[in-house]
Amino acid sequence: METIVAENVYKAYGEVQALNGVSLSVPKGQILGLLGPNGAGKTTLVRCLTTLLVPDSGTLTIGGYDVLTEKDKVRQIIGLSGQYSAVDEQLTGRENLIMVGRLYHLDPANVRNRADELLAQFSLEDAANRPVKTYSGGMRRRLDLAASVIADPPVLFLDEPTTGLDPYARKESWNFIRKLVTEGTTLLLTTQYLEEADYLADNIVLINKGEVAAEGTADELKANLASDVIEFRPEDRDQRQAALEAVSAFGHDDPQIDEETGLITVAVDEGSKSLMEVVRALDQKGIAIGDLSLRRPSLDDVFLSLTQQA
Amino acid sequence: MAQDALQQQPQFQGDIVESGLLRQLKWNIQDTLVIAWRNLMHIRRQPRLLVLSTVQPIMFLLLFTFVFGGAIEFRFPGDNYINFLLPGILIQAVIFGTTQTTVNIAEDIQKGVIDRFRSLPMGRTAVLAGRTLSDAARGLFVVTLMLIVGFLIGFRPEGTILNIVGAIFLAVSFGFVFSWISAFIGLLVGDVETAQVAGFIWVFPLVFASSIFVDPSTMPDWLRGFAENQPLSAIANAVRGLFFGDVSLQTVLLALAWIAGIFLVFMPLAVWQYGRSTD
Repeated sequence: METIVAENVYKAYGEVQALNGVSLSVPKGQILGLLGPNGAGKTTLVRCLTTLLVPDSGTLTIGGYDVLTEKDKVRQIIGLSGQYSAVDEQLTGRENLIMVGRLYHLDPANVRNRADELLAQFSLEDAANRPVKTYSGGMRRRLDLAASVIADPPVLFLDEPTTGLDPYARKESWNFIRKLVTEGTTLLLTTQYLEEADYLADNIVLINKGEVAAEGTADELKANLASDVIEFRPEDRDQRQAALEAVSAFGHDDPQIDEETGLITVAVDEGSKSLMEVVRALDQKGIAIGDLSLRRPSLDDVFLSLTQQA
Repeated sequence: MAQDALQQQPQFQGDIVESGLLRQLKWNIQDTLVIAWRNLMHIRRQPRLLVLSTVQPIMFLLLFTFVFGGAIEFRFPGDNYINFLLPGILIQAVIFGTTQTTVNIAEDIQKGVIDRFRSLPMGRTAVLAGRTLSDAARGLFVVTLMLIVGFLIGFRPEGTILNIVGAIFLAVSFGFVFSWISAFIGLLVGDVETAQVAGFIWVFPLVFASSIFVDPSTMPDWLRGFAENQPLSAIANAVRGLFFGDVSLQTVLLALAWIAGIFLVFMPLAVWQYGRSTD
């Protein structure tokens, strides 16, 4: 069952078409990574889905509720952590969580316990009673994440949850996000970082200039949009030509050779299966090889090729 | 058929609370109090803001009393200017106080705090009502302080206790409805720098071209017509009259009518603007 659904969503800001017919859906309990460069329309789509922005046209539903006509219901089942940490600077961490909990209409007696639980879970116990203005960027983000889940919403939106964090704080945030989505939460996460989508998301939608450029699992995107690569180097210089001929049957393009280093690269569909065949073929011709490797394409290869085309 | 209908049911039936009118009202009040608490915590955490915002009206009070007071009393022998000035300057103080509201709302928009509130299942009016309510609390504090300082420098009201309570009530409630205008402007401009100017600049002529500091009868005709009939004068006249037990029912009703009128126009306007997207 699809929990988050967007169909044909259009939104323009004056001349700029921020969303140009975007459709996507997230099944219950799954994590969708909405991946795209700056200005691709990620935040606009999240704002539309979280009742903050009315699209020019299109259909949006969360948990079966129409986002445009059943705002009040949608707001009861979503949690949002926006692009900037929307925490109150003057209040302490604990006060921030209690405030948001009360505004979700949680039982006042339970709000305190839940706040303490989250402060512990997000390693903020020591700073719990300090005003947020004394927090580091990473701590603010964590508090913001904690606030978005205080009511245990079944649907969660995280808009660039790690933008602006240093690599250490980013890795740390990933762990927290992983913990958040263990119990069947449906999550839509936007990011500019391929690594992040790869690490966190079940499915990825690549968005560029307000349009969906590609979608699938990280593996599918890599398999469909970029190839595995086998690289090897014949030990004997004189056997280079023979090696090229031996492997020319594999791969979808002609094998390439780097004349300087003698490294031969073959782009193949099914990496590990082809690797065996390549090794066998070379062995039959009596070609000794060194530096053999199989390289998976990175999401960067996919991302760059798609965003550059457009 | 029944099966189909079941499958089309929304998924999170159990988590959704159908909001009856009474429950909605209860939540709205609770949300409003939570937001008001938050704003008052800001004052508690940054007491210097409160100090600065009270120093200003006290400075006005002292400057007007001692710099212009002599000249004004010279023109109207027998008058005690502080008795004329203080009721008016209470209005000036609460109004200047609400211009901070414009800045605070704009700041909340800029920092994404309003977006968070708007994504929560809160009452629609709560963020603004909480803000204007905490403004009213601040207004009451400033008014009390001004009365104490005024008393120290010679202000002697002559009305009954009931009159004086009524005067304070009028001044504070005018501040309350005025902060709905300030909140509306804050929502309109949406950024702190603009809000700092936009919240303030138009208030000046309104405050000075009124019966707050002087009797408008000394003003040129073209200005007097405006000064005598604008809301700040209506409130100042009623408050002044109440402090000295010398006021017609009509004057008080006119002040109340202005308060109700401003509220009925700007409250829905601000709530509507809050509900609109802030992009």
